[in-house]
Parts: sequence; structure tokens; C-alpha cells
Amino acid sequence: MTIRISELWKIYRVGTEKVQALRGVDLHIRANEFVAIMGSSGSGKSTLMNILGCLDQPTAGKYELNGRPTHKMGAAALSRVRNEEIGFVFQSFELLNRASALDNVMLPLIYSRTNFWGAKKRAAEALDRVGLSNRMDHRPNQLSGGQRQRVAVARALVNKPSILLADEPTGNLDSKTSEEIIALFQKLHDEGQTIVVVTHEEDIAGHARRIVRLRDGRILSDHPTEADPVHREFLARAALMATEAVAVPTADSLPGGPP
Amino acid sequence: MIVVRLLIQTVVLALKQIWANKVRAMLTTLGIIIGVVAVVVLAAAGQGFKTFILDEFATLGANKVWIFPRMPDDQRDRFSFRQIRLTIEQIDALMPAAPSLAAITPVMQINETVQAGERVQQFVSISGVRPSWHDIEDRSVVQGRALMEVDEEERRQVCLVNDKAIEELSLPADPSGTTILVDGRRFLIVGVVETKAVSPMFGGNEAQTEVFIPFRTGEMIRPRPRLYAIATTKAPELFVDAKEEVRAQLRRMRELKPEDPDTFGVEAIEQVINQFSKVATGITVFIAGVVSISLLVGGIGIMNIMLVSVSERTREIGLRKAVGAQPVVILLQFLVEAITLCLAGCIVGLAIGMGGVALMRMATESPVAKAEAPMWSLMLSVGFSAVTGVVFGMFPAIKAARLDPIEALRHE
Repeated sequence: MTIRISELWKIYRVGTEKVQALRGVDLHIRANEFVAIMGSSGSGKSTLMNILGCLDQPTAGKYELNGRPTHKMGAAALSRVRNEEIGFVFQSFELLNRASALDNVMLPLIYSRTNFWGAKKRAAEALDRVGLSNRMDHRPNQLSGGQRQRVAVARALVNKPSILLADEPTGNLDSKTSEEIIALFQKLHDEGQTIVVVTHEEDIAGHARRIVRLRDGRILSDHPTEADPVHREFLARAALMATEAVAVPTADSLPGGPP
Repeated sequence: MIVVRLLIQTVVLALKQIWANKVRAMLTTLGIIIGVVAVVVLAAAGQGFKTFILDEFATLGANKVWIFPRMPDDQRDRFSFRQIRLTIEQIDALMPAAPSLAAITPVMQINETVQAGERVQQFVSISGVRPSWHDIEDRSVVQGRALMEVDEEERRQVCLVNDKAIEELSLPADPSGTTILVDGRRFLIVGVVETKAVSPMFGGNEAQTEVFIPFRTGEMIRPRPRLYAIATTKAPELFVDAKEEVRAQLRRMRELKPEDPDTFGVEAIEQVINQFSKVATGITVFIAGVVSISLLVGGIGIMNIMLVSVSERTREIGLRKAVGAQPVVILLQFLVEAITLCLAGCIVGLAIGMGGVALMRMATESPVAKAEAPMWSLMLSVGFSAVTGVVFGMFPAIKAARLDPIEALRHE
């Protein structure tokens, strides 16, 4: 189990008021899942994403990442977890404009203890994975929006994180490039990457295998999508059963039934 | 390892930032630049002036010692001037008792009327000296011969004059063999010594006629003259030993009790130099004060620009934290940037300062022609700039390190 969250609470203090952003969330995500977290603003999805990304600490409850209790860690240890276990993709890319694509991708490796040597090679490999091996020396302002987001994805992947955490990754992109990024996520998922996407767009979420919906700090629903092959099989079987059910004559369908 | 590489990367990054904002960086570090220029130029000028003064001292002789009678302060009721006087017996007893001395001569200085042919000159300085005077005073004999032991022993009426006397007394170009009248006595000129101008700084004035006669001959003009002695030590650093040896001998001969003060003085040019050095040190402290104020102002400029930089790059800081930069690493990055900025300013300041020093050296006639930026001023500049970077970069760096990554990434 990659992510194991149980009874997670997050309470903010705004002035004298207490805001309960998360109210007892339980969520398990296994390796190589592709999960979309959805919810309207104020539902707690951003708070949940921040805690998932170890940028924030829960007020109460447990969050184990690969079996390690992150809710007990200090700031320095969390930095390390972010560096080694989590790859972030942001809505507005967050690339350094004065650095080349390659240097941008290398950024997490600067702060890594283990992946020091051969950082350039790793960064080049990551750019190759997102299909930008011919744009390594370009600066972000020389790239299109979709290319920039792909650089950001390469940066998220460069340290081989256990989860790729994307916050509205297509929010600043047009529909065509959005499709490109989603296709890239699909490909990465097929290669074994665990992906968590936070979004409010239904069609983006529809490409995930599983949708977790939040409302008022609680999980409203958690179900597979049609993109999930298992679920699709289930649906197909259900549909088949439905058609078979149609095939089996019922009292209503019999000719000469009630008028 | 990680720290070293991070440091190098940070320095490179900081240098790129500075290069990208050359004008801004220049203005920011103006305080530092001015401070460093001030240190280098003032220290170099001070050094040049010191060299100039020490050269002046050197003309007086570095290992020369003066021994002279001196009435202790507030002791006039206890000692008469007769007791205070140096006698020739006392001076003659010094050489065997003071092994640190290389040579000594008593000097009797009197002013007498001198006549050469028709020319009469009053109040001419007549010095009665032993032949060892030639070993002590660095004045070469340009014509004729020096005073000799035989002149001394036989109380010969011979004299040396300086070259100024040739002019003032209308003597022939080579006056050896001509005679002059000193206090009515006929003296044969045997040689000419060079005139050495003493800098006005030490009470010297226009070179005048000087006449040197053998000491014992002088005693015939003035039987119990007022005396002082000049001596040289075997090495300049032996002055303290020589002084103690002379003091012990003179106190013994004068039967001074242990509680009595010295009734004579033993002084060397060294001491004057030491006093001058103290003044020079005072000036140096003053320079350091000026510099610290200017670096303080410069430091505030640095702090200001670093605060601007932190706020401009809030999102970048948030991103760096999100991808795993620990707070201490962020702190280090901004600190190194501040230090790099300060040192860059320091280098510019050093270059300008060196240019200033080169200009001073071109003015060959001025007292600062030998200006040279001393090593300590360079070290001080670099050290102070680095310290300024650390001190004034710390607050912005801490601010950056404490930023909450979530807030930082939301920053517009």
C-alpha cells in the first residue's frame, strides 16, 4: 500500500474561528493507481493534496507513505520525503525562467542525497520520457504551454518518486494540449507510475481509473471510472447481463401482454 | 559533498544574478565599494606617508644614541646644574661599561666669532669632537682629511669646515691649507665635510657654517664646557641594552640612590619612531572607524536588496522547498548570494582603490609618492565585506528559509 490515510483531520485557525478543512478522511491508494480527487472549492481537496504532498501536516490522524508515518516527521525529514517520494506538477508549471529545460528538470536532484552523480543524465532521461529530448537547452519562455507542463512532469519524475501529485495540471492549457498531458499521464500510468490528480474538470478526471469526491472535508464517494479496465469489464458484464435480461422474456415483454 | 556542490552552484547562480542586474548590483553595493576604496586609498596613503617620515628619520641615523644632562622634573631643589652636567670623565667611562656601544664621542658645542681674511661671521657653531665622530655621523669628508687621533693628542689647532662655510666665508674652492681665526686663535683647515640638511620637521633649518675642531683643542678655548655625547649602538635593536648599560654606569658614577630619578637622558631615534608609530596606529584606528560606518551603510543597502530579492522570488523559494530543499539549504543560498554580492562590490572597490594608489604613486614629488596598499587593508576589506554579507544577509535569508511553501507557491 503506497498511501494509507486514516481519520485525517485538519483544522485551521482563521482569526478566532476554527475552520475544519478535513473531517476524518480515510483513503488508501495502492501502487500504480491513477486516482483523481475532485471537489468544489472549499471541499478540502487542496488541503488533502498539500498533506498528501507532505507540504502540510494534519491536525489529527495518520498518513503513512510507503509504511513511513509522515505525520510524526519534522520539517527536515519532510523535505527529504518530498524530494525522494513525491513529484509535484503544478497548475502554473512553476519553472525557473532563467534556467534551461534541463536545468529545471535537474532542480530536485540538487537537493537529493542519493541521486547526485549523473544528475544530467537522469534529467535527460526524464525529458526523453516526456518526449522533449530535442528541447533540453530551451528556456521555458521558448516553449509552448504544453511543452512547459511536460518539462514540469519530467522534473516531477526525475527522482523516481513513488507518487506523482498533480494539482490542476491542465488548468492553464487549452483542450488540445490538455489531451496531450492526459495522454502523457496515461502512458506514465501504463509504465507503472502511481498518479494522483486533483482537478475539478470531469472529463480530465474521467481518464483516471478511480475518482474520489470530497465535500465539506469528507469523502462523498470513491468509485472506479469507465477508464478502469476492471470496472469496464464489470460494466460490460452488467450490460451483457442487462441485454441477457432483455433476451429472457418477462411477463411484460411477452407478446400479447397487458395492453 | 552535497554542501560543497550546492555552494558552488549557489555562487554561480548568484554571480549570474549579479551579472544580469549589473546596474542594480552596482548601486546596491555602492556603500561597500566606497568603503573598500576608502580603506585601500587611506591605508596606502598612510603607508606612503609613514615611509616618507621614516626615510626622514633614517637621515638622522637609525642606531644613533644621544646622552645628555637632564634636570628631573620638580627636583631643582635637590640637584644643582653643576651636579647635572656631564663631565668628560663620565663620558670616557661609558665606553668600557657599555659593550653594546660601537663608538662614542663627547660633543662640546660653542658659538664663536670666525674670521677668514676680511670676512667676519659671528655666532658660528663650533663643535669639539673626537675622531670617532666620523664613525658616528654619516657625513663624508669631501676634501682634505678627517680629524685624527694625533690632532686630538697634540691639541692641534686644526679644523674641518662644511661646504657651506666655503661659500659664507669666501674660502677657496679647496680650502685645505688655508687658515681661519676662531675666537682669535688661528686654525688650519685640513678638510671639508658635506653639509647634511636636517629636515625642518626636526628643528633643522637653513644649512649654516659649521666648524669642527679636536675636542682637546676645544678644551683650551673653553676649559669646562657643557657637554653631551653621541654614540652608536652595534645594531639598532641593541638600543635598550645600551640605554641600561649607560644608565647603570652614569647612576653609579653620580652616586644616585635607587629612589632617585635619572639626572641625564639617553635617547635614540628609535623612540621617536615608536612615538610616531603610535600616532600612525591612531590614524589607522580612525580609518577603520570611517570604514565601519561606510560598510554599515553598505550593509543596509545589501539587506534591502536581499529583502527585495526574497520577495521577488517567493514562488521560486516555494518551488525549491516543494521539491525538497531543506530550510537550512534555502538559508545558505540567500546568505551566499548576499556574501557574493558584497565580495563582488569589494573586488570593484579594490580595483578602484588600486587605481587611486597608482595615481598617488605617479605624483613623485608628494609625500604619498611611496603609497602602497598594505596587505592588512586588503584583508580588512575582504573580511569586512564578507562579514557585512553574513550579518546583513542573515535576516533576509532567515525570512526566506521560514517561508511556508504552500503560501509561497500561492504568492502573486
